[in-house]
Amino acid sequence: MINLYINDQKVSVEPGTTVLAAAKELNITIPTLCNHPDLCVAGNCRVCVVEQEGARTLIASCATPVTEGMKIHTNTLKVRNARKHIVELLLSEHRSDCTKCYKNQKCELQSLANEFAFGDTIFLDLVPYHNYTIDRSSPSFMKDDSKCIRCQRCVRTCTELQHISAIAVANKGLHQKISSFHDRPMSHVVCTNCGQCVNRCPTGALVEKTYIDQVWDAIYDPEKHVVVQTAPAVRVALGEDLGYDPGERVTGKMVTALRQIGFDSVLDTDFSADLTIMEEGTELLTRLKKALADGDKKIRIPMFTSCSPGWIKFIEHKYPEFLPNLSTCKSPQQMFGALAKTYFAQKKKIDPSKIVSVSVMPCTAKKYEADRPEMRSSGYKDIDFVLTTRELAVMIKQAGIDFRNLESSNYDSIMGDSTGAAVIFGATGGVMEAALRTAYEIVTGREVPFKNLNITPVRGMEGVKEATLKIEGCLPDWKFLEGAELKVAIAHGLVNANKIMRNVRKGTSPYHFVEIMACPGGCIGGGGQPIPTSMDIRKKRIEAIYSEDEHMILRKSHENPDVIAIYKEFLGKPNSHAAHELLHTHYTERESY
Amino acid sequence: MTNNKELTKVDLIFEKVEAKQVLKKAFEMTSEEIIRQVLESGLKGRGGAGFPTGLKWKYTAAEKDPEKYIVCNADEGEPGTFKDREILDRVAYKVYGGMVIAASAIGAKKGIVYLRGEYRFLLPKLLLELEQFHKMIKEIGYDFRINYCLGSGAYICGEESALFESIQGERGEPRNKPPYPTSSGVFFKPTSINNVETLVTAMMIVHHGPETYNRLGTKDSRGSKVFSVSGDTPTPGIFELELGMTVQQFVNEFGDGDTKAVQVGGASGFCVPRKKFASTIIGFEGVPTGGSMKLFNSSRSMYNVLHNYLEFFEEESCGQCTPCRVGCQQLLKGVEKVKKGEMKSTYLNELIKLADTMKIASKCGLGQSVGNAFRSIVENFREEIIY
Repeated sequence: MINLYINDQKVSVEPGTTVLAAAKELNITIPTLCNHPDLCVAGNCRVCVVEQEGARTLIASCATPVTEGMKIHTNTLKVRNARKHIVELLLSEHRSDCTKCYKNQKCELQSLANEFAFGDTIFLDLVPYHNYTIDRSSPSFMKDDSKCIRCQRCVRTCTELQHISAIAVANKGLHQKISSFHDRPMSHVVCTNCGQCVNRCPTGALVEKTYIDQVWDAIYDPEKHVVVQTAPAVRVALGEDLGYDPGERVTGKMVTALRQIGFDSVLDTDFSADLTIMEEGTELLTRLKKALADGDKKIRIPMFTSCSPGWIKFIEHKYPEFLPNLSTCKSPQQMFGALAKTYFAQKKKIDPSKIVSVSVMPCTAKKYEADRPEMRSSGYKDIDFVLTTRELAVMIKQAGIDFRNLESSNYDSIMGDSTGAAVIFGATGGVMEAALRTAYEIVTGREVPFKNLNITPVRGMEGVKEATLKIEGCLPDWKFLEGAELKVAIAHGLVNANKIMRNVRKGTSPYHFVEIMACPGGCIGGGGQPIPTSMDIRKKRIEAIYSEDEHMILRKSHENPDVIAIYKEFLGKPNSHAAHELLHTHYTERESY
Repeated sequence: MTNNKELTKVDLIFEKVEAKQVLKKAFEMTSEEIIRQVLESGLKGRGGAGFPTGLKWKYTAAEKDPEKYIVCNADEGEPGTFKDREILDRVAYKVYGGMVIAASAIGAKKGIVYLRGEYRFLLPKLLLELEQFHKMIKEIGYDFRINYCLGSGAYICGEESALFESIQGERGEPRNKPPYPTSSGVFFKPTSINNVETLVTAMMIVHHGPETYNRLGTKDSRGSKVFSVSGDTPTPGIFELELGMTVQQFVNEFGDGDTKAVQVGGASGFCVPRKKFASTIIGFEGVPTGGSMKLFNSSRSMYNVLHNYLEFFEEESCGQCTPCRVGCQQLLKGVEKVKKGEMKSTYLNELIKLADTMKIASKCGLGQSVGNAFRSIVENFREEIIY
């Protein structure tokens, strides 16, 4: 253990601990900005500088490991003056249109300014000296360089968590900026629109593209029937933006709030998540049958899940030779969209051209996905507008809804029913668990051999998880699987997806079925979720997801009554021709830079 | 009263020596013996920062990792410095000699010369000499190889950790310290990184013995130093001088009779005004320098001098840390506004405070030294900055 003194208080910490972390042990707060719990240390912003006795300069507490006998002071005049200067400098290069900014009151620079740099401005406004542009090219997010303070959290996110490096630091000195390959617009680079950078940007430099006004316009248009669907991960995180602690489930209140906002039908993406399991599970079993029983060499194994649009774009850019391995199933959002303007319209006797289909997603990539040209199988744009969890929170506030005191209510019928299997789609491993619950039962006629249906080996926060399920006692149709060991893997965060893909490319991957989610922790850690995020917060959201699952009466996708009904009335059976028309898609090879 | 030395010309760096003999002598010495000699000589780094060379070698030698590096910093980028170019051009074999001596002291098998991109024209000749050098040490039976790596014109890549990043193919940005290069340098291996002149000097210390070198200079600034003399001088060029002289003595030798200021140490150094010539020693007890000595006569506007330096820093900051990236812009734009009368002259006081913050809060030596030139010019030539 290393002993040191911070503000004359003694503390003992493990070697390698930073001064910042040691101070935390003593409940001494040191302000930070470029530091983020998910990312490597940068030491760039210098907001966390402190005084070390005997040192020539101040030291960055986030980047300096403790040494024996070190004497640190976090609040001397020298430190205060430097800190004030640093915050003033950051403000001077930042376009401070705070009252109009989407991040107003959620901006970390603003909070620092509030604490350390209120009152008269010291320095010149540098923004007019630069020729800044706002990149609005992506349908998912906007990049406003005039608000960028070069903390490089976004760059570290894109490199460390996502292994993409769509954005990087370019130029030096006053020209230094966060840029893309050849300064191309974000819509024309390898960016997956995952929004993890948006989730970690401390200012308004990276924000999602909002469609709030368009949705309000639709709601107030008497001609339109506005349908809303909410993704599983939204219900366990929305509360964070409305004053609740992380991990609080607010499903019922959210449904009530959506009705009060004025949505005509409040439906659940969980319905189409269950549908996804039916389609994807059937596809997997068909692939396995063709590959293993029929010896069809053209069939690609492992099959990859296709729910995460960030992951889809990643594989299209980085591993396009494996596009045939992707399940052809659309994501639950898009299955829902295609059905809203067909099945739902027919059932409700509404002209599909009058339906405006809105989805609330934990995700920024979903905005891109909805814009993909192939997502028009209903004859219309299947999903008109995608809102993030954060945008929904804004709408709830705009509508003046007293969220905390709302009564809970249930989703509408028809495409509103769901099961626990669908809910867990929001957590890493959830799609795998849901698929196994159904597929195992199809093959064996029995439930998966896990207590309470909880397939714990596929749960947890490890980057890459592996599991093997021995299949025994198969029904006659599936005899070829008797005794087979189904090998599955789960990755979340594209850096982990890349680990799996490297092995797949090398030919050393033993898997049959792989679930990949672009974001750390799965959808609960999505780029559209409330800010901030950290491992602790993500764990709490995941706990909430599993508790939601446990509280459901139905916990297997094939038992969802709405799903049973839609196959009976509309689609026939899983992977039928009708299902393929509406619920399946194809992919596009893209450039790798 | 200063106990300064007379201005004395020295011939050490460019002195012809039989490299093979010096190296044989060095290879007969133990690592400890080489380090002891360099420590005793009092040699401090000749790039400008002035860290004791012997200590650097001692720390690197003490590291357990079997893979270590000696890196020669030939990214001579400080405005007004051109002595390393001359050294490489005339006595490259002594640079290589210094590297192999350092390598044997610290236990490195590999050496890298990081050559300033603008010096690419020297490379064919340098590589030819390197080939001969490799042959020569092979004959002596010593296993050591040097490779070249070229910079691309960024000033910041002369900062040791940014230089390592550059060698590794990364963006040239300084690292957080600690860890220091002696434990985690290029490729994150223990590394001694030394300036061109330092390495040659170390070889000459081994050749002549530490006592000879130690007799030159003053207590804080031992030995001699190669100066790059430029600006308003009738005799610009490279001069090797014993350390310890005052700026006045220097000006007497090199000035044009009308010298009003000398910028010692380049853009990151200090500006010495006429009234302080006699009381300022060139060396670590006064104004240290990596070799750049720029003389200004009364026809020069010190506002223009300052403006020029600030423009340089505004461009050459790597841009990663706030005090340096934004501070440099504020200093430049601030003096422009004061000059134009758009800001009050008292704004200079705010800028001086900012320069002080940059000195203590910046990540690396670049940002930390911008304040040197700024403060010394603004404080000594305030009139010229405002009016």
